[in-house]
Amino acid sequence: MKPDWRPGASLETLKARAELLGSIRAFFHARGVMEVDTPILSRHATVDRHIESFHVPGAGLWLHTSPEFAMKRLLAAGSGPIYQLCHVFRAEEAGRWHNPEFLMLEWYRPGWDHHRLMDEVEALMRAVGVGREAAFERLSYREAFRRHAGLDPFSAGLAELREAPVRRGCALPEGLAEPDFADRDLWLDLLMSAAVGPRLGGGTPCFLYDFPASQSALARVRLDDPPVAERFELFWNGTELANGFHELGDAAEQRRRFEADRGWRRERGRAVPPYDANLISALGAGFPDCAGVALGVDRLLMLLRGLPDLAATLAFDSARA
Amino acid sequence: MSTVSTSDMKAGVKILIDGVPFSIVENEYVKPGKGQAFNRVKIRNLKTGRVIEKTWRSGDSFEAADVEERDLQYLYTDGEFWHFMDPANFEQHTADKTAVGDAAQWLKEQDEVRIMFWNGQPLTVTPPNTVTLKIVETDPGVRGDTVTGGTKPAKLETGAVVKVPLFINEGEVIKVDTRTGEYLSRVK
Repeated sequence: MKPDWRPGASLETLKARAELLGSIRAFFHARGVMEVDTPILSRHATVDRHIESFHVPGAGLWLHTSPEFAMKRLLAAGSGPIYQLCHVFRAEEAGRWHNPEFLMLEWYRPGWDHHRLMDEVEALMRAVGVGREAAFERLSYREAFRRHAGLDPFSAGLAELREAPVRRGCALPEGLAEPDFADRDLWLDLLMSAAVGPRLGGGTPCFLYDFPASQSALARVRLDDPPVAERFELFWNGTELANGFHELGDAAEQRRRFEADRGWRRERGRAVPPYDANLISALGAGFPDCAGVALGVDRLLMLLRGLPDLAATLAFDSARA
Repeated sequence: MSTVSTSDMKAGVKILIDGVPFSIVENEYVKPGKGQAFNRVKIRNLKTGRVIEKTWRSGDSFEAADVEERDLQYLYTDGEFWHFMDPANFEQHTADKTAVGDAAQWLKEQDEVRIMFWNGQPLTVTPPNTVTLKIVETDPGVRGDTVTGGTKPAKLETGAVVKVPLFINEGEVIKVDTRTGEYLSRVK
């Protein structure tokens, strides 16, 4: 590729970006949510199975993949409702919908659950010009899979999960090792990317909620039958824009999940970063019941402006940075 | 041996799968925010030209295929093989019927063609998008008939048969689009 000094986004798009950031800040200011600013470099990193951190060699530091741990420590310290707009970094994520460095909006609401936070996400979307009169759709993960993948994600057998992507025009993944081949979540993730996600939120955005407990990440698990993670995602025109949790506040359970994720990584020869023990301490010191959500601002801008890829929303995407 | 990871698979990159060379046509990285990443890739089999779809785990890698394209001058055919010359170093190369394929009917001596080499051997031969060739056989022209839009078959000096307007005569030189096999214009 020929080196090009010019920005990937048009000046018009950069102006729209500035206005979007202004609208977001005005929204939270009017609602009494405090803007915070936490470190990008940390001595700890996420151990999430499918999110890779950039390591800064020599310094023993990691670039954060989300401001979640630091913001939760502020919540435990009594900050009240807080939001942050910051760049986050995820190694290996690049494509039409991904850039290894992207702008995230993350906020937390003490005393709220994930349904109440969905109301506020919807209000923010309307404030920046997304959606018309119709209320955003709310679909459970189970209902979305029944509708768009033709199966029940909780009860379908492995064989059915493996056949479903092919029946929907997605080539069967090749070269899977045995533990991955038997991993239900791998097949659910592929179905989500290939069949379910692209059909969500056409025109009017759609919330997906109550995920399988195996995909709880940092969400609470509600002991229904089957148990579900109190987690939601927002889709608009087939694109995932936000992910939120009714946040896990149990220090012991949080430690158990971190250790399990580290074990999973170790078994597969992946990087095993140190997790933030400060977060465990903060949860133990009295973490407020709360809900939190992270939203990809570049993707939101891409959809608002009808742009073909993320690079067209960024002053300089990773190929130009 | 160099390898190509899914993240390096830009359109046009060549890889080897089970000993067959493929070219990347399209590569889409898909990943739920908290979920597993895949690449949904369209690849072209460079031997058959067929495009197929694959799904790979992100980070999977393949052997790079030693494939390069060069523009060579067509010299002649001995009936079994087609002979070409690299104008840069005057090196000669020989392609068989499988490599030349349908391009044979457009090959005129001295014309430049694009040849894809795999491990140093010609794999495919692509004629120029348009060629200028002489008509060696066609029914007599209909004088003055330039408006009815009727056509007739005409055999060209390289063996190809194309449809030409009725007013075109034997011995005339015409321009043809090799991708569609369509007559474009008369060359004076």
